[in-house]
Amino acid sequence: MTYQLETAQNPEKLRRVAIDPVSRVEGHGKVTLLLDEQNKVHQVRLHIVEFRGFEKFIQGRPYWEVPVMVQRLCGICPVSHHLAASKALDIIVGARKLTPTAEKLRRLMHYGQMLQSHALHFFHLCSPDLLFGFDSDVTQRNIVGVAQAHPETARRGVLLRKFGQEVIRVTAGKRVHGTGAVPGGVNKSLTVAERDELLKDIYQIVQWSREAVHLIQKVHTQDPGLYNSFGIFRSNFMSLVGHGGDLDFYNGTLRARDDNGALIFDKLDDQKYQQVIEEEVRPWSYMKFPFFKALGKEHGWYKVGPLARVQNCDQISTPFAEHERRDFVDYAGGSPMHAPLAYHWTRMIEMLHAAEVIKELLHDDDLLLDDRMVTGARQMEGVGVIEAPRGTLFHHYQVDENDMVTMANLIVSTTNNNQAMNEAIRHVARRYLHGREITEGLLNHIEVAIRAFDPCLSCATHALGQMPLTVELLDAAGQPVHALSRS
Amino acid sequence: MSAAVLILAIGNPSRGDDALGPLLCGRLAEWLENAGLTAGFELIEDFQLQIEHALDLVGRQLVVFIDAGQNTPAPFIFRQIAPSTAIAHTTHALSPEAVLQVYCQTEGGQPPPAFVLCVRGEDFGLGEALTVSAAQAADQALDFLAERCRQPELQAWQQAQR
Repeated sequence: MTYQLETAQNPEKLRRVAIDPVSRVEGHGKVTLLLDEQNKVHQVRLHIVEFRGFEKFIQGRPYWEVPVMVQRLCGICPVSHHLAASKALDIIVGARKLTPTAEKLRRLMHYGQMLQSHALHFFHLCSPDLLFGFDSDVTQRNIVGVAQAHPETARRGVLLRKFGQEVIRVTAGKRVHGTGAVPGGVNKSLTVAERDELLKDIYQIVQWSREAVHLIQKVHTQDPGLYNSFGIFRSNFMSLVGHGGDLDFYNGTLRARDDNGALIFDKLDDQKYQQVIEEEVRPWSYMKFPFFKALGKEHGWYKVGPLARVQNCDQISTPFAEHERRDFVDYAGGSPMHAPLAYHWTRMIEMLHAAEVIKELLHDDDLLLDDRMVTGARQMEGVGVIEAPRGTLFHHYQVDENDMVTMANLIVSTTNNNQAMNEAIRHVARRYLHGREITEGLLNHIEVAIRAFDPCLSCATHALGQMPLTVELLDAAGQPVHALSRS
Repeated sequence: MSAAVLILAIGNPSRGDDALGPLLCGRLAEWLENAGLTAGFELIEDFQLQIEHALDLVGRQLVVFIDAGQNTPAPFIFRQIAPSTAIAHTTHALSPEAVLQVYCQTEGGQPPPAFVLCVRGEDFGLGEALTVSAAQAADQALDFLAERCRQPELQAWQQAQR
């Protein structure tokens, strides 16, 4: 756990390669590599170009507006922000325990989001790399290429996405800008017709999710030399853990382990996250670098997301996903798996779990009841933590006596993985790029490592004309020598 | 039964001129209501295009994607598009052409005739308001859209390309 390759000794003498922005991740990321004349790598950094202004966007607004407006922070995971904000504001309105109907409806919404997000990532973002190879023809290495070569796989990806979106629509009220969760509960129950419509498809969804796990398991285990080592680094890891040590995406206490799997902290009330986590600012990045206070900046950074969650919990409550978790743990051989490409395998285990939980919830008549809201003694401060698709998401607010938000602090999943992603691309740069002529295929190796974490980099301005991938090779004076473009 | 014409408006209302899509979607819905034309149209708003939007195209006679664009000729362009793999790999969010291509692969046939109305935007910052020039472009785009909705026919739309 060191900072090797973060800062070069004599950067003025080196050439600069920029991957700007990184393609097929959420938003705007930029990777810069400083190389010497022999193409030896001296510095590698993942920059987040536009991750500012979230807190300012929220401060000064009435708190009841927040669960809706925070959805606009991110076009990819609006439900995660919606629910994390709602959980924080539950505390503000004194609703420490929701009604069973409210909690189950929120959980249904959240697991629908997990399902559709994980499906998008696997079938759309990473399957081109996995099915065609990291340095395959760039014109084939995309979802359309997958659709042509593996039509049934591509079709399942579309239908899994569609199902997850339908779960969100019926629980949030709308496809986008939903208002389902409100401070203290939810404003809508499920109708019998809505539930029955989802029930028609859920068994197929569970089956497809099982097959997706088996597909990635096969891909991973057939090439252990690559999948167990590509971009590997050791780190601490953290997630929420539910009741009894279960995998839980919606509610629980915070647990962290070191790189050997030993507990660092456990059963920590999420309201007290600042007791254990601190954020470091570095001059070269807009995105902060969180770390565990007890271990310090150098040794306290960690990873979050599927690979952390599946290995941090004691078990999974649903049978098929638990079976797959055990297979994964057995494959890892009794100690934590740190290979970034194992994120894909664990992500599919989580997708299967989400599908199974949705199936269970759809058989629970509490979803149809009208007992949706609770209130209690008004508070001035609240924290909401959930496990978003990409990892642990913190929303922290202070509200004044006029109901205006006076302080907002967000630690999004991608921020939690900031140092981890930087470590992964440094490993890849050392292993694959060091001393070699830079090609598009080699640069894609960097992106493969980043994509494993499914980062959400700027939360999605997407206007037409944005987001081509350009790679610039600059000389020591900053003048362009060569450029590659995918636009 | 799907409405004959699908309007798919894309954008984030809280990111400056990225709001052009949702803004036009809302204003067009109002115009259709006043004109008594709602029956033939379905309007869908989303943050960005994704693979499942291909399924929204099923059963339509005409489709138009509305989006803000950087470096788009002002005030807007309107052009027919075709399925394409050429630009699908640049981002996680699909282009309209890639959505059509996903339709071909998942539905096993050609998608309905589809057009892009791309309105020029200038500033896409979080929390920023619509710029003056984008607001003016939106007014012109709405007038243009209203004309197309009065005559939702392929040939008429093809002749209106600009």
